[in-house]
Amino acid sequence: MTSNIVIVIIITSLATYLSRFLGVVSAEKIKETSNMFRWFNCLAYSTLAALIARIVIFPSGSLSEIDYLIRLFVVILSVVVFYLTKKNLVYPTLFSAIILSVFSSYL
Amino acid sequence: MIDTNHFLKGFKSIKGVRSPAIALGASFLAIGALLKNLGFSIQESIFSTFLTYALPGSLVMAESMLIGASLINIFIAVWLVNARLYPMTVALMPLLMHENQPRWKYYLSCHFIAVSSWLIMKDNYEDIEKENRLDFWIGIGTATWSVAIFSTIIGYVVSDFLNKDMIIGLAIINPVYFICMMISAMKTIQISLSIILGTILGPAFYFFSPEWCILFGGFFAGTIAFFIGEKNDK
Repeated sequence: MTSNIVIVIIITSLATYLSRFLGVVSAEKIKETSNMFRWFNCLAYSTLAALIARIVIFPSGSLSEIDYLIRLFVVILSVVVFYLTKKNLVYPTLFSAIILSVFSSYL
Repeated sequence: MIDTNHFLKGFKSIKGVRSPAIALGASFLAIGALLKNLGFSIQESIFSTFLTYALPGSLVMAESMLIGASLINIFIAVWLVNARLYPMTVALMPLLMHENQPRWKYYLSCHFIAVSSWLIMKDNYEDIEKENRLDFWIGIGTATWSVAIFSTIIGYVVSDFLNKDMIIGLAIINPVYFICMMISAMKTIQISLSIILGTILGPAFYFFSPEWCILFGGFFAGTIAFFIGEKNDK
């Protein structure tokens, strides 16, 4: 292994573990019935929603090559599939990948 | 040390129609391919998923390396993008803590906190006795983490056969999976509002700061949802 890459990997993992570690430290003082816990629960869900919305609307990687209207269209269609298949998660995810690949190659 | 029955029960969460395996597999496959193109060896790619196990962090690492960012800048960029793990951990760990469980297990198993494993645990914890939740969680974590590492290897190996359209197809799977899981999680006013406001405010704050939009948007959305929910939820 190249030492430079290994150092970058270790730095990345430390920066990631830091938030998990501090989360456990704080959690030791927070009861699951407290207001504080419910507030953090809201923050966790809202932050996740913000992250996912950002990935769909302002993606950074390969997704940015697809027009945002198409991305939104595929996501909404996949959610419809999710409901049609009684909340099965396999069909909507596979469906989204196939249909977006097709859009990407023909549009 | 770890209760095998509950561990296995958690481990089996990767089977069935609500399995995260496809979503995790797709995204780490893409990571494996990306790391290969960046010049990582296969050992380094495995090492990366093994130690980090958080997708946005690995993407930021890759982007930072491409532009030749310094180590301190990489640390800050990764910390910023993975800081969502802090509220996620605080919102999960109190549900798993029990006086019969040793503390080292919390500090070790928090490494498994990632969006998919977290959403599965939140979906299932009420069915498990509090004393056994940590072992159940370690089962979920081990399973999802193994899928991620395995997929990184596959992605590395098959990267030459993946064209641009396939990579784009892989990239949409994870958001779609998370959106469906989030919709399933919308059971109270508080959580539903958190998710809806987060979806709106996250991208809205992007216009002020692309780096901070997730944390700022998430913070305001969650706090507003908390106060409205406290007044309306029973």
